Amino acid sequence: MPPMQVNRLEKGGRVDRADAVNFTFNGRPLQGYVGDTLASALLANGVKVVARSFKYSRPRGVVGHGSEEPNAIVQVASGAATIPNLRATQVQIYEGLEAFSVGGWPSVDFDLMSVVGWFSRLMPPGFYYKTFMWPARLWLTYEHFIRKAAGLGQAPQLRDPDSYDKLNHHCDVLIVGAGPAGLSAALEAASAGARVIIADEQHEMGGSLLSGKASIGALSGQQWLQDSCEQLAAYGNVTVLPRSTVFGYYDHNFLAILERRNDHLVPQLRTGSRQRLHRVRARQVILATGAIERPLVFANNDVPGVMLASSVCTYLNRYGVAPGKKLLLFTANDNAYQCALDWHAAGRTVVAVVDSRAAPDGPKVNACRRAGIEVIAGHGVIDVKGKKAVNAAIVAPLNAEGTALTGSSRPLDCDLIACSGGWSPVVHLSSHNGVKPRWDSDAIGFLPGVSSQAECSVGAAAGSYTLLACLAEGAAAGASAAGKTGNGNGESGFVAPNTQEKTEHAPQALFLVPHSQRTSRAPKQFVDFQLDVTAASIELAAREGYESVEHVKRYTAMGFGTDQGKLGNINGIAILARALGQDIPSTGTTMFRPCYTPTTFGALAGRDVADLFDPERYTAMHRWHLEHGAQWENVGQWKRPWYFPQSGESLHQAVNRECLAVRSSVGLLDASTLGKIDIQGRDAAEFITRMYTNSYLKLAPGKCRYGLMLKEDGMIFDDGVTACISENHYLMHTTTGGAAGVLAWLELWHQTEWPHLEVYFTSVTDHWSTATISGPNARKVLAKVCDDIDLEGDQFKFLDWRECTVAGVKARVFRISFTGELSYEVNVPAHSGRHIWEALMAAGEEFAITPYGTETMHVLRAEKGFIIVGQDTDGSMTPQDMNMDWIVGKNKTFSFIGKRSLARSDSIREGRKQLVGLRTLDPLQVLPEGSQIVNDPAEAIPMAMQGHVTSSYYSANLKHSIALAVVKGGLGRMGDRVYCPLADGAVIEAEIVDSVFYDPTGERQNV
Amino acid sequence: MLQIKCPYCQELREEDEFSYGGEAHIERPANPEACSDEEWGAYLFFRKNPRGVHHEMWNHAAGCRRYFNVTRNTVTYEILESYPMGEKPAVLAAGPGERN
Amino acid sequence: MSGGSYSGFSLFKNALSYHENWQRAWRSPKPKSDYDVIIIGGGGHGLATAYYLAREHGITNVAVIEKGYLGGGNTGRNTTIIRSNYLWDEAAHLYELALKLWEGLSQELNFNVMFSQRGVLNLGHTLQDMRDIERRVNANRLNGIDGEVIGPAEVQKLVPLLDCSPGNRYPVLGASWQPRGGTARHDAVAWGYARAADALGVDLIQQTEVTGIRRENGRVTGVETNAGFIGARKVGCVVAGNSGVLAAMAGLQLPIESHPLQAMVSEPLRPCLDTVVMSNAVHGYISQSDKGDLVIGAGIDHYTGYGQRGSFHVVEHTMQAICELFPAFSRVRMNRQWGGIVDTCPDACPIISKTPVQGLYFNCGWGTGGFKATPGSGYVFADTVAHDRPHPLAEAFSIDRFYSGALIDEHGAAGVAH
Repeated sequence: MPPMQVNRLEKGGRVDRADAVNFTFNGRPLQGYVGDTLASALLANGVKVVARSFKYSRPRGVVGHGSEEPNAIVQVASGAATIPNLRATQVQIYEGLEAFSVGGWPSVDFDLMSVVGWFSRLMPPGFYYKTFMWPARLWLTYEHFIRKAAGLGQAPQLRDPDSYDKLNHHCDVLIVGAGPAGLSAALEAASAGARVIIADEQHEMGGSLLSGKASIGALSGQQWLQDSCEQLAAYGNVTVLPRSTVFGYYDHNFLAILERRNDHLVPQLRTGSRQRLHRVRARQVILATGAIERPLVFANNDVPGVMLASSVCTYLNRYGVAPGKKLLLFTANDNAYQCALDWHAAGRTVVAVVDSRAAPDGPKVNACRRAGIEVIAGHGVIDVKGKKAVNAAIVAPLNAEGTALTGSSRPLDCDLIACSGGWSPVVHLSSHNGVKPRWDSDAIGFLPGVSSQAECSVGAAAGSYTLLACLAEGAAAGASAAGKTGNGNGESGFVAPNTQEKTEHAPQALFLVPHSQRTSRAPKQFVDFQLDVTAASIELAAREGYESVEHVKRYTAMGFGTDQGKLGNINGIAILARALGQDIPSTGTTMFRPCYTPTTFGALAGRDVADLFDPERYTAMHRWHLEHGAQWENVGQWKRPWYFPQSGESLHQAVNRECLAVRSSVGLLDASTLGKIDIQGRDAAEFITRMYTNSYLKLAPGKCRYGLMLKEDGMIFDDGVTACISENHYLMHTTTGGAAGVLAWLELWHQTEWPHLEVYFTSVTDHWSTATISGPNARKVLAKVCDDIDLEGDQFKFLDWRECTVAGVKARVFRISFTGELSYEVNVPAHSGRHIWEALMAAGEEFAITPYGTETMHVLRAEKGFIIVGQDTDGSMTPQDMNMDWIVGKNKTFSFIGKRSLARSDSIREGRKQLVGLRTLDPLQVLPEGSQIVNDPAEAIPMAMQGHVTSSYYSANLKHSIALAVVKGGLGRMGDRVYCPLADGAVIEAEIVDSVFYDPTGERQNV
Repeated sequence: MLQIKCPYCQELREEDEFSYGGEAHIERPANPEACSDEEWGAYLFFRKNPRGVHHEMWNHAAGCRRYFNVTRNTVTYEILESYPMGEKPAVLAAGPGERN
Repeated sequence: MSGGSYSGFSLFKNALSYHENWQRAWRSPKPKSDYDVIIIGGGGHGLATAYYLAREHGITNVAVIEKGYLGGGNTGRNTTIIRSNYLWDEAAHLYELALKLWEGLSQELNFNVMFSQRGVLNLGHTLQDMRDIERRVNANRLNGIDGEVIGPAEVQKLVPLLDCSPGNRYPVLGASWQPRGGTARHDAVAWGYARAADALGVDLIQQTEVTGIRRENGRVTGVETNAGFIGARKVGCVVAGNSGVLAAMAGLQLPIESHPLQAMVSEPLRPCLDTVVMSNAVHGYISQSDKGDLVIGAGIDHYTGYGQRGSFHVVEHTMQAICELFPAFSRVRMNRQWGGIVDTCPDACPIISKTPVQGLYFNCGWGTGGFKATPGSGYVFADTVAHDRPHPLAEAFSIDRFYSGALIDEHGAAGVAH
């Protein structure tokens, strides 16, 4: 049986007392009602200590009621679905909710870590910069314990079971915040016909109207709210987003909204995505983000039971919870007197109102006096008695400026201190684009600066705190924004309701309440609750020369918490300004950055994780490979068969078998992934000739040519075979990984430098499936399925291509070779890929045709000394470095891309790294790829490295290992011994040899 | 996140559709072989990189695939104009590393 | 030192007097009319340069001129990763010098920069990644830099929450592991150098903007500032994010483009990630600060920009990478994101160089990786300025390489942001 809700009022509020909700806090069963937040439910149950502070482990209670809450940080749920660091003030309770404090060990009520508090005098800001330095080697040990004490909640340990999605919007007017100003703006903009989105971080629209007792004209505020929401819902052009935080305002009026769709529901009722990221491009933005009440800074102001006055009102009026019995209100303005009036009206005791101003005399002040509430003017609460709960406030007279005590103090018994230092407009979003907010001494707050975006701020966010002003400004802005998007004439039809707004008297700017001792000696006066930053810390930072507000932030950690200083920063800035003897505007604020409130990683990632992280590209033969046990290599986005192990074979056994099969009979490779670019136009040959190092001007239809493509810096970028299909029509092959980059490269040069050349590029990689038959029996295999052309060597030569029919399919067959064997690359329309593959497998059966993967392809080409761009080159190799000067056209009239760079002093110097072969002295020993090469294995470290091994394999055909390497001056060092020192201390000795290991004259491919 | 107008498609589209192409209006030397190493290096690597108004190329990669020019303020990220390749900007840029 | 020596004892002593007697960490002097050397830029590199000028070369008539506050640029905006496992000899030696200096820096500066040698993992996800890792680690070892290639099982042991399933889109095939790498407290580096330089007599002049570089007969004579002209025989520019602007003041152009680079932190969590994890292929890097925040680096924004902010889709891509690597972090929340301005060179290596203007030196172009180099950069730049010739380790980083073609292509080792 859960305990009684000791602080729940009998009536009032927006909770449903007929609908009880059971939940646990730190394992303790408790009950609240539908409509409660975790914070309101905890307060209803009389729970005072909800957390321990970050640095000093002090007991902490709920201070606020929304996203500004610094203390009540909890972990919700357990297992894979656990969520760390939620604010209890923003968690709606549901049946079965489990919540845990994130600090305190073994518990928040009995916390052994609080011994840290005893040493707090040894922990001024930056204490860790000044110590833990000796002995140096122990820092990791010190750090271990520092880390253990840090952090808030626990990261989940398991994969997130939920999904997240995204929605892109365009709208005429995006309104941020659905308080009176935002709603008023939405009504106007919507009635003008604009497409409107209105988002609010709370689960109900209404903002301050939800927790106040104001009336609008003849209506109660709550009734006006209900009517307005119904009106908005009736418009087809309005999207209303509750539980949706606009967390970032980016360039060109792009805003990001996080909608929390599921967390408030009983787990069994959750469907669809947990959260949704709305990506909104708005033509106009209205920021009606409101203001946050500023706490007052006095000694021990962090004892549970010290709260914001507006939060006390909210708990009373919205949730029907009185978080105490005896209230003391401490204020520097008229506005907060409402809290005392509401508390009094709820039938509870108001001990006194302590007002720092000498002669408060506004209407609300006098209403309090009329109600018999004692108003103690010209005083302040300078200290608090109590550890885990407030027992008494220590009250003392202040001078007129509120900077010094003028008499002795006295205790006033109470269990709740509501305080109000005024209001801080929420200028975060308007500042996200680097706009600096400006200080307004009348509003006693920073107001939005002038933005270059199409936006405006209204209501409390712009420093207008009265309800009438909020409604009027909202309406005007709504109409104007709609008008700017072509909806309506921009004029508001707003008629001020007949509401008597009582004039408030001037508030006092009170940022630090003095104590009988100076700040450095007074009990802790907290500015930033979450990170335990005190007034004394800020003064100390200033004393030590950390004078910029950014330095103070970084030195003390002020504003670094998960609340990003929503409560503390203005007080902190003012305290710093005073310490430096300067004013607040010249002190300035730290930079405002997204997120307004913390945003789930998963929601930012959306669907693009796991299977959808990056597309997988499959060839048309993919399923065949899968069925035949292929192991995969990722090449770019492609899945390519790496090798096809037969039962029990290792990688090397399979590759040896595949290699032998190709050279002794015939093999089949899926080469569909090679990039293919169709190039057409009158100037196609000229263009291709500019891009490659060799010339294509005389390449005849039916012929192919291998080319090397350089970047303008002379370094090898791609390679491949280009075929002349017909006059002014070519097909360029690129590397698998380089296809997109090469196409972009061609387009860049054509469009930006030579638009006068008539040439067109089309990516046709996906149009074709390619099966490469390679090996001495390749022709026999092809002949079985292709009878409409003459395949004989003198008719269909190496580097020819033919159009023909293969297994009944129109095909382009290229006689080119990457293995050095007789090879045909059979290209058919993509959808015939599997058909042609199976036909070739069947035709090859009598020759034991062997499917092979990329690894065998790599071995076979390395035997031939053919390079792979990106493996044997690394962006720093020229054609000459690759021993490929033969392909560099010396007499081309046009200076092809990269040519000039080949003549730079560094490109022609002696001693550049050059491609060579390596043979290990032990023929069975395979050099690890990536081994570094030295001349003298006994040399002391750092050793003079000569190059490295780029490709290395065991060659089953040659019965010894082979390697390609780049070695300084390698081409002039044939026969030299070099050494590869390995990580395990072994050294492999090798001899520099020619990079062509097999069939150097190319007889086999020319048969 | 930028919103860029493609002068060919005549539409404002999201930055995700485009790829950045670097400083605009750099011409390849007509006769590279006649360049000194210094001149060639300047063409290859040295850029104006102004703090302020900048002419730059963008490619509508997920759209019409065409390159065009944009005049953009590199501090405020405001885009002042988009214009096709081969045309001259209406808004003048800052000099090298210059502020304006 | 003006602030007295820092120690546990001084902390205790000052606690007894309620911390009222701590001295300023550095003075706030009025600029003199001239200096032997002016360093423009009060970030980590500039402050380190000033410190080593005074400490190693006895040149103490030095001013550091900073337009904002000390350490307010990239020093205070980076993801604090420190490592020296670069591929090419030139870069590796420079970063290793820096790493060695990091190892004694807290003691040398009498300021705990919280250098935490928790190790750095660079993950490999493709066969080519693994070849590159082998090549780099072998080169590192032969250059005297610690490192090893480890397999997925060892990676998993070091990073329990990393998803090492073989079926992943980009499975973890292995990693390079540099145990001496780690992180440091970025602000503390600037403050530590500032305090130590100040103690040696260097004037740190904040909130003063250089508006011109005065030259006579091809020689630098001083700088114009918004507080008037300040003479100097030598001027060193160390202004990451504004190098081009300063160069233009001296009539120079640089092979540099300035781009936004974004980073972000999560809310604080209990310790859950004990090393630095970097992945080029999946495109994310991450560590956990002592405060408990996950510190995450994003990819570079491709357009040039001086706005200290980038585009949202880059943040989304970064979060996709982090959730792909660490599926358990999907429910963790991003607390704050921001951007810096990185000056990138075509080869992802810095420029530490004399210029055609006598007495004017540039140290710039560190791209995405400048923080880790801070002590080494300052050390070799101070030597270069002091002797008017490149320090041996700086020779390869001269601006001339962009004419000769002797680039040092470190895109692979420089990290994800390329």
